[in-house]
Amino acid sequence: MGIDFNSLNEMEIDVLREVGNIGAGNAATALAKMLDKKVEMDVPRVRIMEFKEVNESLGGAEKLVVGVLLRVTGDMRGNIMFILDYEAACILTGMLMGRTPDENRELDELALSALKEVGNILTGAYISALSALTNFRLMSSVPEIAVDMTGAIISVPAIQFGQMGDKVLYIETVFTEGSTKVVGEFFMVPDMDSYDTLLKALGVMR
Amino acid sequence: MEGVIVVGMADLQTSYHPCVLITLGLGSCVGIALYDTVTRVSGLAHVMLPSSLQARNNSNLAKFVDTAIKRMLEEMMQLGAKRRSIIAKLAGGAQMFNFTDMSDMMRIGARNVTAAREQLMELGIPICAEDTGGNYGRTIELHSADGMLVIKTIGHGTKKI
Repeated sequence: MGIDFNSLNEMEIDVLREVGNIGAGNAATALAKMLDKKVEMDVPRVRIMEFKEVNESLGGAEKLVVGVLLRVTGDMRGNIMFILDYEAACILTGMLMGRTPDENRELDELALSALKEVGNILTGAYISALSALTNFRLMSSVPEIAVDMTGAIISVPAIQFGQMGDKVLYIETVFTEGSTKVVGEFFMVPDMDSYDTLLKALGVMR
Repeated sequence: MEGVIVVGMADLQTSYHPCVLITLGLGSCVGIALYDTVTRVSGLAHVMLPSSLQARNNSNLAKFVDTAIKRMLEEMMQLGAKRRSIIAKLAGGAQMFNFTDMSDMMRIGARNVTAAREQLMELGIPICAEDTGGNYGRTIELHSADGMLVIKTIGHGTKKI
């Protein structure tokens, strides 16, 4: 069954936030190892918004961003999306591939492929933390990447919510790499029928 | 610009001339523009899903192709538009991510466009132009002065249809 976001109580929201915290914590560690740099992470936010507000939340519907999307299947299903500013994506891939910022002002095939791999590793870290927490068996798909307007990219997970309700729930975590201000946002968007499964597995009965 | 009205996701707006109706960052959603060539009454919808009949919660009429078009027509007629002189233009319905195992959900862009075409044909509203499909986002503006639909993209140019 679906879930009415308005009916979520504080404790349930806290539990979802904690899932974001642990998952993203693991992912941040993976990112730090990859970059050999310190990666900071904000406290995850659980946000419930109307579709109309979604675009505004990410710095405007027309901002150029890179989105990496993976589908999670198994005992619970959902999408995981990693969104980066275009400039941040250039800096990040530059660091990974040992290019100077000047050499990496645009994302070429190799850089896009590297970003997919970043998405893959981060998602792997995220869902393995989630598995450990819930005992769920989870698998992730091959990552897919798109470079385009925020609104267009975010519409993909938003549409899935559209089937069920008029609101979107995101568990969102912001990463920052200290010296260069690479900011990424990590979204976990469980399918509607997976919320109950998730909350139950985490000991919050509904 | 004078009389700019922004249409959000799962939203629709209608207005008298003069106005510019804008919706930002259409991805797999489809933008449906209706325009009365005589009175210049304009309408724009940013819809997410093909049909209200398959959804569990269908209270928001602007979210679905079928209900959004009907609602927009009603509003436009209330503003004095004449059914016979209304034309349609479509934009959006892209496939942003290229998954190999494509579920219906992932092909939603194409399904939205098909549903919009079918619905408009059923209602006898001619589609005089469209810019749909592809794998990129679009921002669209409907200008009430001449019914021009301006389509802006990142890296795929600007079009006027």
